[in-house]
Amino acid sequence: MNLLGKLSWDAIPHDPIVLVTLAIVAIGGAALFVFMTLAKKWGWLWREWLTSVDHKRLGIMYIILALVMLVRGFADAIMMRTQLAVATNGSEGYLPPHHYDQIFTAHGVIMIIFMAMPFMIGLMNIIVPLQIGARDVAFPFLNNLSFWLAVSGALLVNISLGLGEFAMTGWVAYPPLSGLEFSPGTGVDYYIWALQISGIGTTLTGVNFLVTVLKMRAPGMKLMEMPIFTWTCTWANVLIVASFPILTAALAMLTLDRYLDFHFFTNDLGGNSMMYINLFWAWGHPEVYILVLPAFGMFSEIVSTFSGKRLFGHKSMIYASGVISLLGFIVWLHHFFTMGSSANVNAFFGIMTMIIAIPTGVKLFNWLFTMYKGRIRMTVPMYWVMGFMITFSIGGMTGVLLAIPGADYVLHNSLFLIAHFHNTIIGGAVFGYLAGFAFWFPKAMGFHLDPKLGKVSFWCWFIGFFLAFMPLYVLGFLGMTRRLNHTDNPDWNVWLYIAAVGAFVIAIGIAAFVLQLILGFKNKDKNLDKTGDPWNGHTLEWSLASPPQFYNFAKIPHVEDLDAFTDMKEKGTAYQRHASYEPIHMPSNTNAGPIMGLLATAMGFALIWHIWWLAGASFIGLIVAFIFRAYASNTDYYVQPDEVARIENEHLDNVAKG
Amino acid sequence: MSTSATAHHDAHHDEHHDTGRNTTLGFWIYLMTDCILFSCFFATYAVLFMNTAGGVSGKDIFDLNLIAGGTAALLLSSITFGFAMISAYKKSKGGTLLWLAVTFLFGATFIAIELYEFNHLIHAGHGPSTSAFLTAFFSLVGLHGLHVTAGLLWITIMFIDVAKRGLKDRTVTRLGCLSLFWHFLDVIWICVFSFVYLMGAM
Repeated sequence: MNLLGKLSWDAIPHDPIVLVTLAIVAIGGAALFVFMTLAKKWGWLWREWLTSVDHKRLGIMYIILALVMLVRGFADAIMMRTQLAVATNGSEGYLPPHHYDQIFTAHGVIMIIFMAMPFMIGLMNIIVPLQIGARDVAFPFLNNLSFWLAVSGALLVNISLGLGEFAMTGWVAYPPLSGLEFSPGTGVDYYIWALQISGIGTTLTGVNFLVTVLKMRAPGMKLMEMPIFTWTCTWANVLIVASFPILTAALAMLTLDRYLDFHFFTNDLGGNSMMYINLFWAWGHPEVYILVLPAFGMFSEIVSTFSGKRLFGHKSMIYASGVISLLGFIVWLHHFFTMGSSANVNAFFGIMTMIIAIPTGVKLFNWLFTMYKGRIRMTVPMYWVMGFMITFSIGGMTGVLLAIPGADYVLHNSLFLIAHFHNTIIGGAVFGYLAGFAFWFPKAMGFHLDPKLGKVSFWCWFIGFFLAFMPLYVLGFLGMTRRLNHTDNPDWNVWLYIAAVGAFVIAIGIAAFVLQLILGFKNKDKNLDKTGDPWNGHTLEWSLASPPQFYNFAKIPHVEDLDAFTDMKEKGTAYQRHASYEPIHMPSNTNAGPIMGLLATAMGFALIWHIWWLAGASFIGLIVAFIFRAYASNTDYYVQPDEVARIENEHLDNVAKG
Repeated sequence: MSTSATAHHDAHHDEHHDTGRNTTLGFWIYLMTDCILFSCFFATYAVLFMNTAGGVSGKDIFDLNLIAGGTAALLLSSITFGFAMISAYKKSKGGTLLWLAVTFLFGATFIAIELYEFNHLIHAGHGPSTSAFLTAFFSLVGLHGLHVTAGLLWITIMFIDVAKRGLKDRTVTRLGCLSLFWHFLDVIWICVFSFVYLMGAM
């Protein structure tokens, strides 16, 4: 028996592009290691951050993960665009199919699962408990564990760059292509375990936040009076707990097919690959609403704040989100109209899909009516909102077009589809997260970013998006299908060139964003947000310091209005000094989360490379670690009233000065 | 909702984190995710159960007498777990331990019968790799069996917990979650028994 399973020196790729990337990552990693060691920061990092159960810190770590993965996924994107711009007229370009296929698969997986999801969950982590006046989430340790499971999945995807290969199946990994017969390498196994481990973490997050909003709202806050961002996140969490188990099931079946010679999806012995495709999209379609609904919530908060008005139609917004969530579960078949279902089945799913435009339209009009006669302040978050409303409307309309089964037969798998879903995911979800990032950055970090660079970043993203993706609509109509490695059609060339230019414009947007962060940290002390309420906010998170006190609320607020903080400011009850405080019960940091994350990574890696002893050992380790954690003592402590009073008075003094 | 939130506020010294009610609700939602996981395997079984690839179908291999025995053991274990919970609420440590042990024995009997059935089928040449029907059958029944096995491990841990530390609030909450889990698996089994075995043997 080989102790290393399938792992050997041959696992390291010989592709020069990969080797250069690995060298850069190694040098960067070594530099970071030396810096951290010299600065003696390891202990601080471990105690204060990696083991933290504070939802705000976990949120920040989620967003760091998302930004790192954004850069990785974007590197994939720009490589594909340059390849397609170079590989015209029969030229082969610089990326051979073996490498190119891994890139488009990794791009999809990374952008959806390891960029968009952590970004959304990060913002939700930071803001939702604050908006409902809670001191933490319902299960703080579980929250930390969820984060480490997400990191574990991200690690596996990135390990595949240097050891073995990633899947070459596209991000959906349809069998029989993803079966053992046609994908005998480790690529699909990396895909399976990265998604499986992070997906279980996401399910736990969904459970955690549902209990949080159901059980831990401040007194006086009724369900229908939760802030809109919290509400859209709640719908997203309902979708998470209802849909992620389907992904778990589909991946488990694919695993059994690949590892134990089962026949769920194989071509022979009665397997049915369409079953995988159905299960995949029964998760996959709700998943896009999981991404976009919280973004809608962010836009709502931003529009309301910077129009100086209460959100128009708060209740209708909640119901519209609910309708979108419900419909999101009965449209999955539109991803494969060409499967050959009967005309009636296709018609049902087509009509359901079109109906989603109605609640979405309700939202758009609500935002417009919120702005109507408002005193609008054009801040960076508002730029993103404006850009979103234009971009997303176009994406939505092309979606309605694709929802017509007849039209879909022509456009299926063409670049028109690629243009459509980038139009909605970038224009909807990513613009939303970047808007939310700009909006809540001062709250989470305690200082402002340079708005000029923020606007540069916005314009580059906005213009770059249109340059990169509008040509793809045209190319779709011209008959270009997705996942082509090189082309030989002179009619397509000019559009491919424009799209590549667009990708580089977006690259400038990302560079401006990174520069904004670097300068922001450098000039931090000049741009401190002392009051905690930089935008004249409406909801409870703005009643706290920036960054918020680690226990959030010294006294749990009593909520009397939808815009709870506006209400307090108007009644003069905001910023009250209390004569005395009570001790605050807090959960302690725990190293069980990172340890279990590490064990999950080891288990995934061992299963990918068939290192069975390690897989078994790390699985048992996971169970033992969980039981130990379940019976650990010292899981909580009390913050004493004098410390609370000191922190509160400091904040209130700052507010008085500001 | 607002009243419960107020109560929560007043008692925030002891009630802030991982409190009993939060834990039970959270566990309930987790069970619903588990329910969806099972429903995927049921749906897949429904799609694949006729795809026998020229091999055996349910009618040829299901031994209803054997399965009835396993089913009886599992159903009885739900009743005995109910007795364990009654004892736990009465703070009767001895009673709780006794009924947990009985539940464990019934659960272990169920798993033993399932393992015997699987072993028997594989040796008769009807393993999960033989056809899509058998793949779906072994996966659905095996998924339930894995859950029951996890339940047995959990019963063991709770047995030690109760024996060593008695019936503190946290322990009773956890017993309550385990009880939900155990009854949930019973409900799932009733569906497996009706849908897979009874309908298959007809």
